[in-house]
Amino acid sequence: MNATTEIRSAPHIKGPRSVEQIMANVVYSLLPVCAFFIYQYGLSAAASILVVTASCLFAERAFVRTGTQAGSLSDFSATITGLLLALTLPPGFPLWMGAVAGIASIALGKAIFGGIGFNVFNPALVGRAFVQAAFPAAIATYTPSFLAGRFTEFIPSSLAWPLMAPADTAAWLKAMQYDTLASASPLARWKFEGFVTPAWDLVTSLTGHMAVGPSPLLIVLCGAYLALRRFMDWRIPVAVLGSAGLSALLIYAAFGTRFPDPFFMLFSGGLILGAVYMATDMATSPVTPRGMWAYGALIGVMTVVIRYYSGLPEGVMYAILIGNAATPLIERITQPTPFGKGASIQARRQGSYTLHPDYISREEAGAKTPKKRFLKNKPKKP
Amino acid sequence: MKLLSYFRGEAFQRGVHPPGCKHTADRPIRRLPFAPRLVVPLSQHIGRPSRPTVRVGEEVLRGQPIAAADGWLSVPQHAPATGVVEAIELRPSARGQWTECIVIRAFEASTQEVLWGAPQDLDAFPPQEIVLAVQRSGMVGLGGAAFPSHAKLTVPEGAKVETLVVNGCECEPYLTCDHRVMVEQAQDLMTGIRHAMRATGASRAIIGVEDNKPEAAEAMRRALPPQGGIFVEEVPTKYPQGSEKMLITALFGVEVPSGKLPLSLGMVVNNVGTLAALGRLLPTGQGLVERVVTVTGPGVARPGDYRVPLGTPLSFVLDYVGAPASVASNSRQVILGGPMMGQSVASLDVPVTKGVSGVLVFRGEDMANREGRRSYPCIKCGECVESCPMGLNPSTLGMLAAKREYDLMAKQYHLGDCFECGCCTYTCPSNIPLVQQFRVAKQILREKAVA
Repeated sequence: MNATTEIRSAPHIKGPRSVEQIMANVVYSLLPVCAFFIYQYGLSAAASILVVTASCLFAERAFVRTGTQAGSLSDFSATITGLLLALTLPPGFPLWMGAVAGIASIALGKAIFGGIGFNVFNPALVGRAFVQAAFPAAIATYTPSFLAGRFTEFIPSSLAWPLMAPADTAAWLKAMQYDTLASASPLARWKFEGFVTPAWDLVTSLTGHMAVGPSPLLIVLCGAYLALRRFMDWRIPVAVLGSAGLSALLIYAAFGTRFPDPFFMLFSGGLILGAVYMATDMATSPVTPRGMWAYGALIGVMTVVIRYYSGLPEGVMYAILIGNAATPLIERITQPTPFGKGASIQARRQGSYTLHPDYISREEAGAKTPKKRFLKNKPKKP
Repeated sequence: MKLLSYFRGEAFQRGVHPPGCKHTADRPIRRLPFAPRLVVPLSQHIGRPSRPTVRVGEEVLRGQPIAAADGWLSVPQHAPATGVVEAIELRPSARGQWTECIVIRAFEASTQEVLWGAPQDLDAFPPQEIVLAVQRSGMVGLGGAAFPSHAKLTVPEGAKVETLVVNGCECEPYLTCDHRVMVEQAQDLMTGIRHAMRATGASRAIIGVEDNKPEAAEAMRRALPPQGGIFVEEVPTKYPQGSEKMLITALFGVEVPSGKLPLSLGMVVNNVGTLAALGRLLPTGQGLVERVVTVTGPGVARPGDYRVPLGTPLSFVLDYVGAPASVASNSRQVILGGPMMGQSVASLDVPVTKGVSGVLVFRGEDMANREGRRSYPCIKCGECVESCPMGLNPSTLGMLAAKREYDLMAKQYHLGDCFECGCCTYTCPSNIPLVQQFRVAKQILREKAVA
């Protein structure tokens, strides 16, 4: 029997990357963050993560099955949405509201656009915005971290019956002899009481009973893993944090007494989580390198503006959603410059040879070979 | 990550690093025997097909001209073996259509020595005469483009060539034919470079070699002429450095303006294989009758670089290297050229021509990795933008191609600059056939322009 000769179109080899690999690595990098969140808030946080992620997966499954959207559960993208959404919600958020948030994020954030890759807005943030509008009281109710019995009992509001109002967290905290003031998030405390939490406490999130999310330090480390393995673009978090820090610094320098220092700005609220995991969502951020800088800068500035000059204590979510909306426009004006079409075709960097041979040998005329700076490119062994 | 490239000092921006797979780099070039019948297409080059000058039934000697150049942008063909012209007829070609070919039945036990050609003293020739001698040799670019070499060495009126760039990058995975030529024929290469420099009037020649071939660079450095003027430069390995514009950026740090030739910077780029063959053929006045071809791939039992007489059918080559057509594997793919830009062939009756640098055989199971992958919608990860050596935006181009917005692609997104290196498809995690779509788009635009 003769072998069949098949015809394909070049290239005939394929790189190792796949969507599943990228998404799975984002999930792996989120696991330590989730573990820290559970360590902070105990049983309620674990239940919240499970319920929200499960509802996202359920919604994804339903929409893929009915043919509304592309993709599948095995691409891990709905898992990422679920984990991120759970991390942005307060740990004592009623579980049934968490399920609503999960379903809303997939349905309104993803399925109506056509599924993976087509979504215009970050699905997790769409879900969060939905419940922020639907349940404004519950989403503003934080509890202090590291409560004594957190691994043995739920925060009572978690276990509210569906469509019922949750139990009063303030009364519960009072019964446990905690200062109810501690249950406000650092940003809310600054906004409404003028109290600035020290930045270092915020970075580790380990001291005292603060109502904060997972440690920004840990999130940055997990993000660095992703950036180093190129599963995330490093430009966006750098641009977001850089522009937020810079604008906060400028405002602080101009009217220092009215506004907190830039470190408080960077490490409080969801800015680090948003910059590292939300703004970098591939489908909703620009593909062009210059566009990524512009997009990140826009989000950073918007965050500071919303936090300082609006009625809301936290502005990261809306800043990222505004950045998502601006993405197509940013992409349009930041298309890369094609090879040989730049304003000048002058040397971008020093080549080994000058363009015109005024000299004959490289040793003369100060010709340079500066290219290899640190690592010598070793030939790869077959 | 561009940070890494800063430390490593990469030569041109973007590009990809496919696994080298240069398994045949250490094996000397071997000769392939004559196939019983050799099929010499009259159109093995870009330009007009040659005119046959022999009749059916005529006996020809190895190296004897059997077809003459038809005009300026055309080259003659030479008989690859001593034998009898059996037919001049249409035969299948690698591109799919049938083209006119001269079929030669080789005499059994005929020698591979070339029996035709008169020695010529090129140093006495003026530049135009050298160019004509190059045309007489039937030489075309052996890197794969098959553009007639004499046309490339001709400096148009008003232009001035200062530098001859010699392309020894061989950035395609698997291929090692240029590598072996640089190691084994360094002296021929220097002769070829010398004549090419005289023909173009270049005052220096720079040989660019990727740094995964240190022994080739070493061999060429040893063969450098004492009077200087020729330099060997190692450039960091990256695909597609073998593209002449990328190599010029790697060596000089400048970009050739879009839509212009390297000539606009006073440069002419030639492949090492071409110049080494010229260095061997020009002094003896012979014609091109064979070339070095890398035959490799997982489906080949005895991979290696072979000196193959032009016109040898692929079926004969594959039988000889241990990849017979009757092998048990149920499907396979035969590729002419490298795995990134090479062309699949449908028929093994297709002959080896002047532009064939490699024959790759992949079995069905080797392709499983690529075939079994799911395709997703574009997730806009930006990998293709980070890999396109021409600085295009394949992500947007791909979405426009899916909507058949071909005119918009050409006008606003510079589709015409794409040279189909395949980096975008190679790197796409969503498994979208980007470069394939661009190829279709360019073809449709060409047809529109003609119509």
